Amino acid sequence: MALIRCENVSIGYEGQTVVKDLDFSIGAGDYLCIVGENGSGKSTLVKSLLGLKSVEKGHIIYGDGLKQNEIGYLPQQTDAQKDFPASVYEVVLSGRLNSRGLKPFYTGADKKAAVEKMELLGIRDLAKQCFRDLSGGQKQRVLLARALCATKTLLLLDEPVNGLDPIVTAEFYQLIRRINRESGIAVVMVSHDIESAVEDASHILHLQEKMLFFGTAQDYRKSRVGKTFLEGTEKDADGGAHHA
Amino acid sequence: MQTEVLIMLENLFDMFSYPFMVRAFTVGALVALCSSLLGVSLVLKRYSMIGDGLSHVGFGALAIAAALNMAPLTVAIPVVIVAAVLLLRIRGNSRIKGDAAIALISTSSLAVGVMVISMTTGMNTDVYNYMFGSILAMSAEDVRLSVALAVVVLVLYIFFYHKIFAITFDETFAQATGVKADLYNTLIAILTAVTIVLGMRMMGALLISSLIIFPALTSMRVCRTFKSVIINSAVISVVCLIIGITVSYVWATPAGASVVMANIAALLLYALLGIVKNRGSR
Repeated sequence: MALIRCENVSIGYEGQTVVKDLDFSIGAGDYLCIVGENGSGKSTLVKSLLGLKSVEKGHIIYGDGLKQNEIGYLPQQTDAQKDFPASVYEVVLSGRLNSRGLKPFYTGADKKAAVEKMELLGIRDLAKQCFRDLSGGQKQRVLLARALCATKTLLLLDEPVNGLDPIVTAEFYQLIRRINRESGIAVVMVSHDIESAVEDASHILHLQEKMLFFGTAQDYRKSRVGKTFLEGTEKDADGGAHHA
Repeated sequence: MQTEVLIMLENLFDMFSYPFMVRAFTVGALVALCSSLLGVSLVLKRYSMIGDGLSHVGFGALAIAAALNMAPLTVAIPVVIVAAVLLLRIRGNSRIKGDAAIALISTSSLAVGVMVISMTTGMNTDVYNYMFGSILAMSAEDVRLSVALAVVVLVLYIFFYHKIFAITFDETFAQATGVKADLYNTLIAILTAVTIVLGMRMMGALLISSLIIFPALTSMRVCRTFKSVIINSAVISVVCLIIGITVSYVWATPAGASVVMANIAALLLYALLGIVKNRGSR
């Protein structure tokens, strides 16, 4: 049983199909990278996985005890957050909302979990700092801690290294690798950075309005789509969907 | 010197012997409290202009109510609620962008209001009072309504505080973790609409949106956590309203403008505090 299985899924806006015929699954502890050019349907797929956008066709099935609202999501940062007055602790704690249901207040267990996640990511001493005063890398760690508060099994990261400098980016990838290996939390990452993706990920999903490739990272290196994309030469015109 | 102070104090206490002043203070303080709480969310979500747009819609509705000889609130509240929900929807998905949509709706309703008034009663003191507010405008019904509104807003804020924080900070994440963001946004829009209609006859259609924007911006100069911003906004808003109304009573200045002046003073004070605090921490 997989955490998430997509069966023959098509997604679109107002009748315009953005991405179609998706067949893939994410298992416990997997590290899946979703790659593809701008407009290839990556963010649309993310929205559907989170249940924010309904699919036109097919099914997204959640299993292995994963509920749709228990995905640890790390979204791209919004404009509003640039001058938002909130402490790091307030932001991290808000990741526990999905375990609250209709109950209005956080319990001691929620607060303990928030502190634990901050410790895990080395931001415990930032707890009282204001979110807007942090550096880009620190902000991402805070949002990652919030995402970890929301899940036990699956992280979904939407272009998490956008706008980070190379050193901070490398550190962030290392952090994700560690969480994936040590805590056994599955990772789904949308990324532009194809080279790091192939290095770190166990599986690759390559989108171009449809599924160009889904399989292990090793197979992707050998595949025609992968070779073309990795070398950055001309587009693969006739690459069909390869299944692992 | 001492007698002067005594006379002044006596004057201030006299203020409360007038029922209209007691009503103005009660409604004003409660409206200020609600608008400051709602305002924090609206300002942070870049919806600041909604307050301004809604007050103009309220002006149009009040003018029509007066022309038709109907009770002002029974016309204005539903109309402004509809406008609030509409503005929220337009912001979400539309070809006309949010700021342009608000400008369209607010100038249109202002024009409708002015046309209706000029065809019926003509431009008189009533219009002036709608525009700039009057301390005499509050009735016993307003007092009851503002108490009910304040209770609803406070309950909402206490019980859904963490959800409101999550939606304000990051709506997508909140939705992904199962928070019904649309529901809360609509609720906030409706409560804002009622707050504005209640407050606008005292503060004036042109000035009521200051109650939404000023307290939030003022407290954000200094406060660095969401909770402290909320608490500070509420306190600042109520204190400025009380100062403003008192000034209005003592020097016979327009109520709305006096309250805004108090808010401007508070903003400058907090901006200064913010600069000093920043210097100190570096």
